[in-house]
Amino acid sequence: MNVTPPENQAEIRRRQRSRSIVTALVLGALVILFYAISIAKML
Amino acid sequence: MTMASKAFSPDMSVTAEWRDFLALTKPRVLSLVVFTGLCGLLAAPVSINPVLGFTAVLCIALGAGAAGALNQWYEADLDALMHRTANRPLPAGRMDRQSALHFGVGVGAFSVLLMGLAVNLLAAVLLLLSILFYVMIYTVWLKRRTPQNIVIGGAAGAFPVLIGWAAATGRVEALPVLMFALVFLWTPPHFWALALFVKADYTKAGVPMLPVVAGIRTTRAQVLLYTVPMVIAAVAPWPLGLTGAIYGVGASALSAIFLVLAVRVGFSTEGDATLMKPERHLFAYSIVYLFATFGLLVADKALIA
Repeated sequence: MNVTPPENQAEIRRRQRSRSIVTALVLGALVILFYAISIAKML
Repeated sequence: MTMASKAFSPDMSVTAEWRDFLALTKPRVLSLVVFTGLCGLLAAPVSINPVLGFTAVLCIALGAGAAGALNQWYEADLDALMHRTANRPLPAGRMDRQSALHFGVGVGAFSVLLMGLAVNLLAAVLLLLSILFYVMIYTVWLKRRTPQNIVIGGAAGAFPVLIGWAAATGRVEALPVLMFALVFLWTPPHFWALALFVKADYTKAGVPMLPVVAGIRTTRAQVLLYTVPMVIAAVAPWPLGLTGAIYGVGASALSAIFLVLAVRVGFSTEGDATLMKPERHLFAYSIVYLFATFGLLVADKALIA
């Protein structure tokens, strides 16, 4: 069986966490953008 | 390559860093694309709602980034062979190819849909065409088959100014078409100046760039030949009455310097890549030239208005 060494696991977790944070920030920015577009299209 | 990616086994590559996804979009190329798109939008005679204008530029950036990602997905084998590109996420083993493909297709589709829904249909169609042109015509079809790859591929980089203008006006008119021609004709001297002093890389990778296939002397002549119509396209908006004197005088001066540098390249006989100063000067100046010319276009419109 292929076992990932603990130091690799820690690095994978770190990368996953940083990707999750960036994804959340992008999604948050898109929510704001879509809201602003909705207002702009109504004007 | 980062220390982390060096230190771990290949199974680590499936968990790429967010920075690697950003690197897939070729941020340096993106800056020029975003700038020309923004200038196309700002130079248009119709003003656009700032939120929609921002959305249009964002879509241009996302579309160009997606095209860059798909280019890197397709060319990972070539990139691994060239010193300049060997550290990109795919050849360096920091990301798996499927992630790059999904990222490119997903971001590209999103950019076109958002442009169509938020801005207008013409801008969305032009954005879709530019992505398909860069990926299918340039990357897949031409790059490995013909030394004219850069000439045709240059059209992909010329689209943003048309898209920016179309986003603001909903039309395509003479001025953005001339600016499209400027970027289209600027691309061969720009890339061939680079290809002359990194010829060894292209030879190693088997890419049929002009210096590899036709030789250094022919490439230098072609750099000079393409510069002449490029200068005409850059200056033409002024006598045609499409811009004012600010653009006309500025673009004439900038183009004259470009022409002088291209003449130096055209008549150079240096064969050693490390000593090719005129080529390096032209390559560096060509980037400044495009930024400055498009900046003048916007300044001209803003000052006349």
